[in-house]
Amino acid sequence: MSRIFVAGLGAVSPAGWKVAALREALDQGEPLPTQTLERPGWEKPLPARLVPNPAVRPEFLTHPRLRRASPITHYVVAAALEAMAGLLAKPDPERRLGLVVCLQCGCVNYSCRFFEETLKDPATASPLLFPETVFAAPTSHVAAFLGNVSLANSLVGDPATFLQGVSLGVQWLEENRVDACLVVGAEETNWILADALRHLERPAVLTAGAGALCLCREPESSIGVELAAITDVHTYSLRNSRMQAARAMREQLSRNDSVAAGVGGGDASSPQSECAATAHRFPPANMSEGQKSGDGGVAATAELLCDGVGNSPRADAPELAAWGDWTGPRLSPKRILGEGLMAAAAWQCVAACDAVAGGRFAAANVSLVGSNQQAMGARFVRADSGISHLSPDKSPGNIRP
Amino acid sequence: MLFPAKSPLPTPPRVVITGAGIVTALGRGWKPNAEGFRAGRTAFRPVSLFDVSRQRAKLAAEVDLPSTLPPTRLNARQATRLDRAASLLLLSACEAWQQSGWEPTENLPLVLGTTAGGMSFGEAYFRQALQKPRRHRHQPTRAVHYQPQVQARMVLDALGSNGPITIVSNACASGSNAIGHAWELIRYGQAERALAGGYDALCGMVFSGFDALQALSTTICRPFDARRDGLALGEGAAVVALETLESARRRGAVILGELIGYGSAIDQHHLTQPHPQGETTLKVMKQACAIAGVTPGDIDYINAHGTGTVLNDSSEAFAISQWAGPRAATLPVSSTKASIGHLLGAAGAVEAVICLMALREQWLPPELAFETPDPACQFPVVHQSQDARVNVALSNSFGFGGVNATVIFRRWA
Repeated sequence: MSRIFVAGLGAVSPAGWKVAALREALDQGEPLPTQTLERPGWEKPLPARLVPNPAVRPEFLTHPRLRRASPITHYVVAAALEAMAGLLAKPDPERRLGLVVCLQCGCVNYSCRFFEETLKDPATASPLLFPETVFAAPTSHVAAFLGNVSLANSLVGDPATFLQGVSLGVQWLEENRVDACLVVGAEETNWILADALRHLERPAVLTAGAGALCLCREPESSIGVELAAITDVHTYSLRNSRMQAARAMREQLSRNDSVAAGVGGGDASSPQSECAATAHRFPPANMSEGQKSGDGGVAATAELLCDGVGNSPRADAPELAAWGDWTGPRLSPKRILGEGLMAAAAWQCVAACDAVAGGRFAAANVSLVGSNQQAMGARFVRADSGISHLSPDKSPGNIRP
Repeated sequence: MLFPAKSPLPTPPRVVITGAGIVTALGRGWKPNAEGFRAGRTAFRPVSLFDVSRQRAKLAAEVDLPSTLPPTRLNARQATRLDRAASLLLLSACEAWQQSGWEPTENLPLVLGTTAGGMSFGEAYFRQALQKPRRHRHQPTRAVHYQPQVQARMVLDALGSNGPITIVSNACASGSNAIGHAWELIRYGQAERALAGGYDALCGMVFSGFDALQALSTTICRPFDARRDGLALGEGAAVVALETLESARRRGAVILGELIGYGSAIDQHHLTQPHPQGETTLKVMKQACAIAGVTPGDIDYINAHGTGTVLNDSSEAFAISQWAGPRAATLPVSSTKASIGHLLGAAGAVEAVICLMALREQWLPPELAFETPDPACQFPVVHQSQDARVNVALSNSFGFGGVNATVIFRRWA
């Protein structure tokens, strides 16, 4: 079995253009202010949390491939560069880099602009826009910018697909086809996405950005975080509801003594529903005294659950039910940042790894209960924590027929 | 667990194809397609699915969908939500499934390539949102079914199965990448069987995009011809059933061919233009051959990406000629896009099935309209219907964004 480490993290979110901004927003625990998007023919603007303009114009925007690229590409490049910073500090022309970019909706801005032009008059629709509409455009641009990408894939799916991307990166590393692998999840906002979200999850607030993990094999390149587990893919079907899939994911992730320690490890007097409702506080308001360190922070032996719960009771119900008995520390980034689709899934992983890297937790579990495809979970541990990995033999794989 | 995974087998298992489904403008299913490709028929006609009166190009290879789809385990509600693309996918998946003889299972990986997924839903959503902003009827359904993973789930539901779904969207290399990814899952020990393929339906936005780029031919699609003036669009789907040789033998399954090599890499030259000397094409062909343990001398036929655009074909011709060396002079190459157009996310999968046809039935698919070879072509372009000895076939696919993929199949005799 190979060991896989996290070599770097990157994030662009409505909180700002770095992981530090994401961390600060999550630490404060208050939902970020919302802005509005204008929807043609509709007087009520749609709420959204937009990515702020960067304080300084990023240097990468001078690259010829990036000048006309859509916002999603800028987010992907910024998150990728931040996640690669450690490796870029040690240049190695022989380094083979893998790149997996995961998207749910992708390049919606240019797609809408191009289709609107087509509806008006296809004869004058801009040829510059069309190539930027494809799902693979951000992948292509970041590969061209980095220059040493030897393997690349663009994956599309619901947000749990981000962990499929991580799994693919792991596979490439284990097969020694790459020396490091960037896995990026990204989305961009526009009115049509906000409109669609209003139809599907009315209380949700659309947001955008990107999150990136850089994976490697060498502990000396890591930020002190090791990948301990990725669950199987629990796909929804006619016979496997979202509720069942979420529960199966949670059970599989919990087949580990230290994860199970989160169950009942918190304030037993807190009703589970209340626990879930207040869970976005970070450190959580309902954390038991035993989990707090002397200075009021979180003991570095505690385990974090970083979930995908937002503000949509119907959409959140399966995940809340699956983790209903979890009373340990819990972080719900969507409650603070909004519904970032694939970017939100990436932020969950980034926040989990960042909490472990910063020494605030010994391990962090990520729960991704996707909207319409699958549930998946992952577990990251401190590289020197000695916390056991899940054994491949302990759980029946669900893939091998 | 996906990680940590069980230790990979010391030697990757051999992977064979025991089912293949195909839908193109030449027909639905193996037989009409094999007859059409063998004869070099073309399937282009005036576009009827949307208005092209303001476009430069007027032709495409449209599929005649049946009035009813084959009976499946989908419920009535799901069946009403199959758009054109999902119908194409379902037809090909059902054919591959039936041919494979597989039973429903809870653990079947499905890997699909597509560029547009349920774009017809996306277009309808956008039109209604713009033109009738106060009308919300059907919009939630469109927002969900626009997403390719939802279409993929319906395929598994239709087949009474479940399993991990992976949607690869590397533009026009997606179909080959999907098959290659499924092959790797099996070789890596993550699965014993997998369904893989690609699908895309014609839609106004994509047609308009290629027309705006002036990439569409206004005459006829003639890949590798010196007078070529662009590609033609088509639609379709193909799905293959992949499994370990051991599994196929255990079941006594009919084996259609063996997938022996796969290579993939990204060309960083330009978003839409290949490197002029086809550097990445050369790289992936070499990668795939190295894994397959074959040399250019072992390849009996190349199904080229061959879109018919000036830049693609010269780049690919240069790469094939350089890769093959002296063998190029006698190595038959053709692009079946001359018959059915460019199927985008489905192209690689459909062309993989065409390679299986050539291997099974021992013929080469011709380009009847081909007349004058591009100077970069050091190889013969198949331009007449012909029987041939074909033991190993190679298929190339390239996409916007630069992903190049090569798959290699061996005859099973």
